[in-house]
Amino acid sequence: MVKQAEQAGINRPRLSLHVPEPRGRPGDTANFSYLDIPEAGDQPRPDESCEPKETFPLCDTIIRVLGDDNQAHGAWDPQLSPDKMRAILRDMALVRAFDDRMYRGQRQGKTSFYMKCIGEEATSVAATHALDFDDMTFPSYRQQGILIARDYPLVDMVNQIYSNRADKLKGRQLPILYSSREYGFFTVSGNLTTQLPQAVGWAMASAIRNDSRISASWTGEGSTAEGDFHSALTFAAVYNAPTIFNIVNNQWAISSFSGFAGSERATFAARAIGYGVAGLRVDGNDPLAVYAAERWAADRARSNHGPTLIEHFTYRAEGHSTSDDPSAYRSAREREEWPLGDPVTRLKDHLIAIGEWSEEQQEAMDKELAEQVRTATKQAEKNGILGHGLHHPFHTMFEDVFEELPWHLREQSEAALRERKLKWPE
Amino acid sequence: MAGMIHEEDDPVTLADAPTRRLNMIEAINDALDIMLTRDPDVVIMGQDVGYFGGVFRATAGLQEKHGKTRVFDTPISECGIIGAAVGMGAYGLRPVPEIQFADYIYPGLDQLVSEAARLRYRSAAEFTSPMTVRTPFGGGIFGGQTHSQSPEALFAHVSGLKTVVPSTPYDAKGLLIAAIEDNDPVIFFEPKRIYNGPFDGYYDRPNTPWKSYDASEVPEGYYSIPLGKARIVREGEAMTVLAYGTMVHVVESVCREKGVNAEVIDLRTLVPLDIEAIEKSVRKTGKCLIVHEATRTAGFGAELSALVQERCFYHLEAPVQRVTGFDTPYPHSLEWAFFPGPIRIGEAIDTLMSE
Repeated sequence: MVKQAEQAGINRPRLSLHVPEPRGRPGDTANFSYLDIPEAGDQPRPDESCEPKETFPLCDTIIRVLGDDNQAHGAWDPQLSPDKMRAILRDMALVRAFDDRMYRGQRQGKTSFYMKCIGEEATSVAATHALDFDDMTFPSYRQQGILIARDYPLVDMVNQIYSNRADKLKGRQLPILYSSREYGFFTVSGNLTTQLPQAVGWAMASAIRNDSRISASWTGEGSTAEGDFHSALTFAAVYNAPTIFNIVNNQWAISSFSGFAGSERATFAARAIGYGVAGLRVDGNDPLAVYAAERWAADRARSNHGPTLIEHFTYRAEGHSTSDDPSAYRSAREREEWPLGDPVTRLKDHLIAIGEWSEEQQEAMDKELAEQVRTATKQAEKNGILGHGLHHPFHTMFEDVFEELPWHLREQSEAALRERKLKWPE
Repeated sequence: MAGMIHEEDDPVTLADAPTRRLNMIEAINDALDIMLTRDPDVVIMGQDVGYFGGVFRATAGLQEKHGKTRVFDTPISECGIIGAAVGMGAYGLRPVPEIQFADYIYPGLDQLVSEAARLRYRSAAEFTSPMTVRTPFGGGIFGGQTHSQSPEALFAHVSGLKTVVPSTPYDAKGLLIAAIEDNDPVIFFEPKRIYNGPFDGYYDRPNTPWKSYDASEVPEGYYSIPLGKARIVREGEAMTVLAYGTMVHVVESVCREKGVNAEVIDLRTLVPLDIEAIEKSVRKTGKCLIVHEATRTAGFGAELSALVQERCFYHLEAPVQRVTGFDTPYPHSLEWAFFPGPIRIGEAIDTLMSE
């Protein structure tokens, strides 16, 4: 038997392991010619009540509305009013102005950490405009655009980022892991993809209650590799849950390109079909296409036709966070060469092309938004910046572990207060 | 027992309520039925809990009575079950998921430890997770490595989770109702060896069903037993024995057999722990034995032992003793060699008595 086993493999071909490698590394020229980018307006738009499998062709292409001529094209054109488009443009520009200032604030030592979403603004802002205000969102860490699109006070965002005495989360969470029940924004976890099964559970609860509200979650393409993704898609399909999965495919998970989540074999949208969930792949830098896809999915969910997964095909124009240096692992040319452009520029150019906006108005708006952000940060700074003493009172550290303080936490809290008095006598 | 009961507005005390003898499964089923009826936010979900009524029958008849959107089956996905329950809690429901065996809970651990247990803290109480995870645990049913474990220490270690273990039908009902009503996540470990009757530790003796014991006398209707209150199983002077779940009965039986006048305390909840009851007893007896079925190293007994020596050191007349399972997986054929039975407990009692 042993001899047989030794001889069995002699004539078999040798196996080799495939380890994915991105197309460009630092110093390389960026080449996106491998991307098959279809013309805007060419993609068919099925009825919202269609069978999930009927969306399959849309998983393997890119739904696009805004063409190179800056006009809106095809069946997916959501035909938004100029006012609505200007509102989306303004929110995206505000996110960008906010990111810019917070990034600088982190570099100036006002807080420990920040994450920008430059280039990805449409995936949260335009998507949120397609939802109702009372729909529940389950974001990941790069969806500040949801809060801004829902007019959450900027000063409260800055207070959270500074972990100061006015931080509504009492300085407990890493900057940008916001939470707001009032604004339908679920508390952001630092652990990835956990929000997906939770969003499904929320949607199931809404359906159990014969409510009319739906849920929407966001996650990056990299973290679709987590088991939670599989659990969430399975539950959503099984219970026909009224929910939307937004997969923001920005090509990079810190230094790992999307190939490490499986993009070399299939699109992320295509994963939906195997679960019996509708799948759409959309130009994530085209705010009108993002709006149209999200609205399609929202209408589908709200009319009891079940869940949709939307892959937003976009590009992370900057580092993962303030702790990251993308020049160490990817070509600096990628950002410039990205073939789907910039969402703010594209919507602005469209509004100008249809005679509803101008460069001068854009410039004036940008100035106004920068001033709005500046005012909010100045106001927040009065409540303190990280590490400068103006934090929540010491005892709050022990609150909210449980609804009521049990004896062991009470004892520990007393010990902590004694320790504090020894360190800093009155 | 009446003193521990949360009474409703009704001035009639629980002692006046009609009772009947139930085994632990029936008592749990009764608690679930009552909570489904009282609170429209309560939903039950888990593998096989719907039409079939659960592999241990704990949810038998509940789907038929309360409907398919209140009691329903789930995919085989503990991550999905706990994750969905977190979302349902955020919506405003009060989910009571069942994990079929405690051994299966690990795929849901991140959702329980990093999400359910932290939601209140990380959102400054904007979002909470009022779920109760029911799960059968412990060995003694020839379940092998993956149907016998006692992972309670892992959960007691997590800030923000409450850990409950009943040992009688009466307690199971009252504690489960309290757990469901609690606004924090609770993990409710059901000692499956004693679902049908208490266990004296002698696996080769016939099992006596619950209905021949007074502790199976379960009042009809609603009552709850507050979390964090231990039960004095028997009063005594010779030593304090701390136990929970199945081991309460094994310990009681060994003490009876050996004629030891020990004070046996059923902890009932590990977090929050009834430290007052423990301190009071150890100060009186001067000796402490801790018994659990779970593996020894970093088991909950280690925490109990540390607390007793920190808080009762000058009352102790002997080193605190621990009797536990061994630090091995739960072996199928040698289940009873693993189980901390009468011999292991008896030896520890002898050691303490000779000090």
